[in-house]
Amino acid sequence: MNETITNAMIIDGKDTVAVAIEPVEAGSSITWKDKAGQIRQITAVTAVPIYHKVAIQDMAKGEPVVKYGEHIGLAAVPVCAGEHVHIHNVENHREVLY
Amino acid sequence: MVKNTMKEMTFKGYRRPDGRVGIRNKVLILPASVCASDTTRIIASQVEQAVTFNNQNGCSQVPSDQQFTMDVMAGYAANPNVYGTVVISLGCENCQMDLVVEAIQARTNKPLEHFVIQENGGTISTIEKAVRAARKMAIDASMIPREEFPMSQLIIGTECGGSDPTSGLASNVLIGEVSDRIVEAGGTSILSETTEFIGAEHILAKRGKDDRVRQRIYQIVHDYEQAIRLVGHDVREGNPSPGNMEGGLTTLEEKSLGCIHKGGHATVNEVYDYAKQVDNNMGLVIMDTPGNDPSSIAGMAAGGCQLCLFSTGRGTPTGNPIIPVIKITGNRVTYGNMRDNMDMDASPYIYGQKTLEQLGDELVAEMKQVADGKMTRAEALGYTEMAIARVCNYM
Repeated sequence: MNETITNAMIIDGKDTVAVAIEPVEAGSSITWKDKAGQIRQITAVTAVPIYHKVAIQDMAKGEPVVKYGEHIGLAAVPVCAGEHVHIHNVENHREVLY
Repeated sequence: MVKNTMKEMTFKGYRRPDGRVGIRNKVLILPASVCASDTTRIIASQVEQAVTFNNQNGCSQVPSDQQFTMDVMAGYAANPNVYGTVVISLGCENCQMDLVVEAIQARTNKPLEHFVIQENGGTISTIEKAVRAARKMAIDASMIPREEFPMSQLIIGTECGGSDPTSGLASNVLIGEVSDRIVEAGGTSILSETTEFIGAEHILAKRGKDDRVRQRIYQIVHDYEQAIRLVGHDVREGNPSPGNMEGGLTTLEEKSLGCIHKGGHATVNEVYDYAKQVDNNMGLVIMDTPGNDPSSIAGMAAGGCQLCLFSTGRGTPTGNPIIPVIKITGNRVTYGNMRDNMDMDASPYIYGQKTLEQLGDELVAEMKQVADGKMTRAEALGYTEMAIARVCNYM
């Protein structure tokens, strides 16, 4: 089974969000292994459904939300570490890529 | 380095007269238009190993849409999983019999028969003649033995549908791992779903073999968005879908970044237009297909892929009339809920119980078995849903 009792994972070292791999209740801890293999922990500010995203650092309004090491959108409001990150606090942003 | 066992691995397939190798031995009853589709359904129901589909198109289409339909029809007939084809047309449709026959013969020299309903005394006598022709083909097909072929003879289609965040965490990553192994073994792997490159096209383009391929990647994304804009809509409407969002996907960029993992890490060597014939031994290639699963898989099957690796988060039933579709989920809850439809569970990767390499070995073994003839869940259930891409309304 899961040897280190993590309940979240990050995909890339640059990510500002982790993905819950178990349902997380508000006030409980979110634990993941960072890319250096260190166990990191924060407290869930809100509940996070399984496989949904949770902020692992504070983000100002307009700051990019990073998953897979890439921008997946912008924070629509200030987001604090431990908060569920989804359509209520992220806005689409079409970047000019070419 | 014993990781890639695929180079020495073989599968038992069917040798076709055009040099390709199939893993199924179907007789295709091909409707040239919607007006022939009920007739082909009746014909196919009379003959063992015969398959057909409901062709919604073939008439009243703008030329670019008619081309999609023609390419899917010709490509299905040429797909090596098909022994031979009986084409049925009504007679007055835009996809005229001589055009269909010509398009098929441009791709393959396999057995081909054709009947025009209006020239054969109507539905019932056409059915009788076509059933006799199809029955003969089925008997001839049954005498073809399976022979050993290297895995490099495989063209694999990759697809994701009903995505959720586990697709990007596990099942797409696993398909990417196996895609890399197919490429290393000398086969071809097709990355599809242009709408799901949006927001990630720069990452894909960086992996293009040369400037031409890089430009083509940007171009197909641009053209797709433009095509949707022409009818006053945005490709982002309804994408991510309600199910995607409920699962935890927030933006199209996020969905796309997860989607392109299916292509592994190899260089993109070519970009094919929808349903065009894909070459053997090409490594990783892209086909310009919709995100809609049945029509995307139809494009790749028409391109000649013998089987499809399909990643799903929410769990979909998708099959295809001529190619086996192997369904993989990274969502352990879905694997439990949709056990009837799922071929493989990739969630042990998320929970650290299995490595990507172990799961890669398992999927390669499953793929070999399916190539040898093992039925996928979708095949055992008789699922053959099918659609053809289109750019605009009927005329």
